[in-house]
Amino acid sequence: MTTDETSPADGWVVVAWTPDEFGDAALEHGIAWAREGGRGVAVVNGTRGDALVDERFAAPAGLADLAERLRGTGLPHVVRQEMGRDVAEQVLDVAAELDARLVVVGLRHRSPVGKLLMGSVAQRILLTATCPVLAVKPGGRTA
Amino acid sequence: MENLGLLADGLAAALTPMNLLYAAVGVLLGTFVGVLPGIGPAMAIALLLPVTFGLEPTQAFIMFAGLYYGGMYGGSTTSILLNTPGESASVMTALEGNLMARAGRGAQALATAAVGSFVAGTIGTLLVAMFAPALADVAVEIGAPSYFALMVLALVMTATVLGASPLRGLLSLFVGLTIGLVGLDLNTGQPRLTFGVTQLVDRLDIVVVAVGIFAVGEALWVAAHLRRKPARVVPVGQPWLGRNDLRRSWRPWLRGTAYGFPFGALPAGGAELPTFLSYVTERRLAKRATLKGRGTGAGPGGDEFGKGAIEGVAGPEAANNASAAGMLVPMLALGLPVTATASVMLSALQGYGIQPGPQLMTEHADMVWTLLASLLIGNVLLLVLNLPLAPLWARLLRIPRPQLYAGILFFACLGAYATNLDPFDIALLLVFGLLGMAMRRFGLPVLPLILGVILGPLMETKLREALTISGGDPAILWSEPLAIAIYVVLLLVLVTRPLLSRWRSRTESRIVAEAHEAEAVTEGAQR
Repeated sequence: MTTDETSPADGWVVVAWTPDEFGDAALEHGIAWAREGGRGVAVVNGTRGDALVDERFAAPAGLADLAERLRGTGLPHVVRQEMGRDVAEQVLDVAAELDARLVVVGLRHRSPVGKLLMGSVAQRILLTATCPVLAVKPGGRTA
Repeated sequence: MENLGLLADGLAAALTPMNLLYAAVGVLLGTFVGVLPGIGPAMAIALLLPVTFGLEPTQAFIMFAGLYYGGMYGGSTTSILLNTPGESASVMTALEGNLMARAGRGAQALATAAVGSFVAGTIGTLLVAMFAPALADVAVEIGAPSYFALMVLALVMTATVLGASPLRGLLSLFVGLTIGLVGLDLNTGQPRLTFGVTQLVDRLDIVVVAVGIFAVGEALWVAAHLRRKPARVVPVGQPWLGRNDLRRSWRPWLRGTAYGFPFGALPAGGAELPTFLSYVTERRLAKRATLKGRGTGAGPGGDEFGKGAIEGVAGPEAANNASAAGMLVPMLALGLPVTATASVMLSALQGYGIQPGPQLMTEHADMVWTLLASLLIGNVLLLVLNLPLAPLWARLLRIPRPQLYAGILFFACLGAYATNLDPFDIALLLVFGLLGMAMRRFGLPVLPLILGVILGPLMETKLREALTISGGDPAILWSEPLAIAIYVVLLLVLVTRPLLSRWRSRTESRIVAEAHEAEAVTEGAQR
């Protein structure tokens, strides 16, 4: 867990991050938005912790790379790894705690059946967040 | 050589498309349950018991045989890729195997485990075919007192020698024996421990007890510890063995088999001790070879131990599977199960109305030989299916526990209800499930309980038989030379046990400490 909580001038951008292309797209957009408004970047990496292996839960090596990248931006930043019942809830809890101005999520394709079985973290964030949510896809244009 | 002829006949009988299909299903299911930690072949067979009542006994056993070997193999995959040994027998494999995987040699570790399992399983099965009939021939002559002594030996050994704490083992054993008492006394017709409940007079159904303890107990236990930090799985490609790996593996395979089979065949089997011995031997041999070969460039293994040596995977994995085969000897020849899986298989046999014991070899010879032949077939299938499928098996680890255990609970209830079509059995299932969870909570081993439930009634029959012959004089229990010999062995084991376990735990903790050290070094180097 990296903490560098020099409080930003204009609040936080919360990025729901996973160690894959979707998380990277979200992070990229999150950093871009934070730069523009003098905000800090809060990265949340969550897991339900109910499977033996969760590839979306970053290993120490992945976290080190992430911290490296965040340091490179020169922005204030926080990285949180959470475990709980619902990943969307973890992201929104951090957003509420930091009084975030924006939440950024990466959208991944889910078939209707897949959504029924597994649910969609992005959808729950979009529907329940109290602040603006930016949903991005990998391979799109940057802001 | 007559045995080999019979085995060939069995092979011919087993090689029908339908039987091959059951073998394949068994192997796949077995690997599935083996890969997932906490769910072993014993639980899978217990869950399948009601399903197989619609099958011929032969087909059911072909499936169980595949399941058993598959489960043994599947455990090694998890150990190597995840460092989470699914069962105690895979602990030693995890040690070097996981280090190999982290060093980028996971494919070779998986391959040596698979081929080693195949070699050991095949040799083991052939040995069973040689020894079991001979032992059965002798066993028919064994009198009731000696039989009773054998069962005492098996029970006491599993309760005291295998686990960490003899007290816990014995506690579990006596709970099991008590459960085995429930129902009508077959000699006097009196109900025992039934508390006036009519359903209990019929004796407890072993399916309900086994499924409750294994499946429901495990599910409740997991539900109580649902969220855990996910482990890191080492990505791995297609398993393969290079010429050099093969050269380093084949001797450990054979040595592992030599360790595993006799331990499996003893009336207190289990694969923990032979896998441990095999690991220690390989380590020592590799060290010596390095010392000798220094300067000549021979024997690279010694320095690699503690950093991922292929010998440390090949030996224990072979020992594991050889002991799995060895356990069939007492089960087929004497009707004595020594592992949880064997005891559940035995209760399946009883479900078909087949009485286990030495007469099994003569009365149901065709079934026994088909079973042995199907073990050989299952072994080949295991190799053919698992080498290409290894990356797929690793994906199983991503199944969320709630979905997985909901499925298991569903099949558990279905199975319990199907035995008598009586909702009372589901209540019983829950009671045993709570018992199973409590046992996991307080660290009581499950195996002595299950053995107690299954062997208890058999033991009682033999005891009563002996006492009837002698007119109630207990001296008959040590009237046979074999019985006396068994009691002496038992005494010796109990005396030497503290020494043995002290040596083992000391060596084990040293090995583990060294492995951690090596791990810290490699991780430091990666930074």
